Formats: sequence, C-alpha cells, structure tokens
Amino acid sequence: MKSESKTKISRDLINNRLKITREFEAPIKEVWNAWTDSKLLDLWWAPKPWKSKTKSMDFREGGFWLYAMIGLDGTQSWSRADYKAIVPDKMFIGIDNFCDEEGTIDSNFPGMHWKCEFRESPRGTIVQVEITFSDKADLEKIIEMGFEAGFTSAHENLDELLRK
Amino acid sequence: MQLIAKGPLTPNTVADSFDVSRQAISKHIKILAECGLLSLSIQGREYYYSIQPKKLAEVNDWLEPFRKMWEDRFDQLDIFLNNSKTGKK
Repeated sequence: MKSESKTKISRDLINNRLKITREFEAPIKEVWNAWTDSKLLDLWWAPKPWKSKTKSMDFREGGFWLYAMIGLDGTQSWSRADYKAIVPDKMFIGIDNFCDEEGTIDSNFPGMHWKCEFRESPRGTIVQVEITFSDKADLEKIIEMGFEAGFTSAHENLDELLRK
Repeated sequence: MQLIAKGPLTPNTVADSFDVSRQAISKHIKILAECGLLSLSIQGREYYYSIQPKKLAEVNDWLEPFRKMWEDRFDQLDIFLNNSKTGKK
C-alpha cells in the first residue's frame, strides 16, 4: 500500500539543521510506539536493503538505544542514540553517534542532535524530525554518507527494473 | 552520459564510442530514458537521445539520496502501521 503523503525535507543552513516532516495514517500512540519500542524500530528503521538489529534499548532520559545496521554482505554499522528528554506521545530529544559494538562513540564522525515531535492531524499523526549539526562541515559529511544508503537503494531499484 | 551531453546521438553512435556491445548500450540508455534523464526523438529511421538537464539537476541535488533514505524508511513505517491496523480488526 502506498500512502499519498510525501516526505518533506527542508534545510536551514544558517542553523545547520535539516527538517523532515511526514504524515502517517495511524493514531499518535501507535506512531509513538513505532519510534520508541526497539522491537518495532527494528522492523522499519533501516532503509532497504539494510536490516536494523537492536543490542540494547533503554528508552528513558539518560538511557540509550544501541543498534546495528546490517548490510546484505553482513557489514555492520553501529549507532547509539542517547535520549536527553522525553515527553510521552509528544516528543523526544536525543543525540545520535556512530559507535562500535560496545557503544563506544566514534569521534571521527559528527554527532547529530535529534528532536522528534508528534502531533495529531486530521488523517492521523504528523511526525517532524529536526536534525541539527554542530557546524556546516558536519552536516555535509552526513549528507555525503547518505549517498551510500541512497545508492544501495537505487541499485536495488535498478535490479528490479532490469528483471522486468 | 557525457557523450550525449554534447548533443543528441543515436544509440549506435554511442556504442561505437565504447568498448561494449550495442545491446548493453541500448539497455543502459533505456534505463536512463525511463528515469527521465534522456529524451527520445525519432527522425526518419534514426532514434536520437538527448539529455534532460532539468531532470539531471534534480538527481544531482545533494539532498536527494538523503531524501530517498527517509522516504524508504517512512514507507516501511507506513507498511508496518497499516499491518498493525489490519491485524487488530
């Protein structure tokens, strides 16, 4: 099933911020659970063909989510999200970093400040994600890394096209 | 792609410039055309492909892969939310 609602992305280069907005046809509680329960997150968080696998999850202020993105060839990319503020069914704030399997942060990569807000809409729930970087270079670095994921998906789509 | 950027060309001209089969070039061109990156015009018996600069600019947009990642991710969330909805009914 394909929803009509589209993902909107805007950039605020002055504040080194990206804003992503999307509407879902589901009650706020369900959308909130999908974002905050690691069993559910693992079902959708990783963009295809990556799979997400949680090692540990402690969803409360001061706690963190430790998970890996696993590629088709078994490549593992570990991340952790440290939760700074949580208002149930409304919003949470976290810091995302790349790390190793033990959760030790890799300082070669920039950290990202996340703010996820959830609000009711006539059709369901609107989710707004704000990702803020400490400077412009960090933002560009992450966008460049996004290329990898984008290209993997693109190749997959190409495969499908070629099979026709 | 750079070759076609210089001006409209037929698939055979493109194939002659590369050390690959005509079939491979045709297939490649077909994909680029399906993505809207190339447009086709027919003059007599020849097919000419030319580049669509506007479409190409969209693809080159630095945010595009990032957007794609989020769209994929959110489409998956959509599917999950829809499934759990039907599961309850």
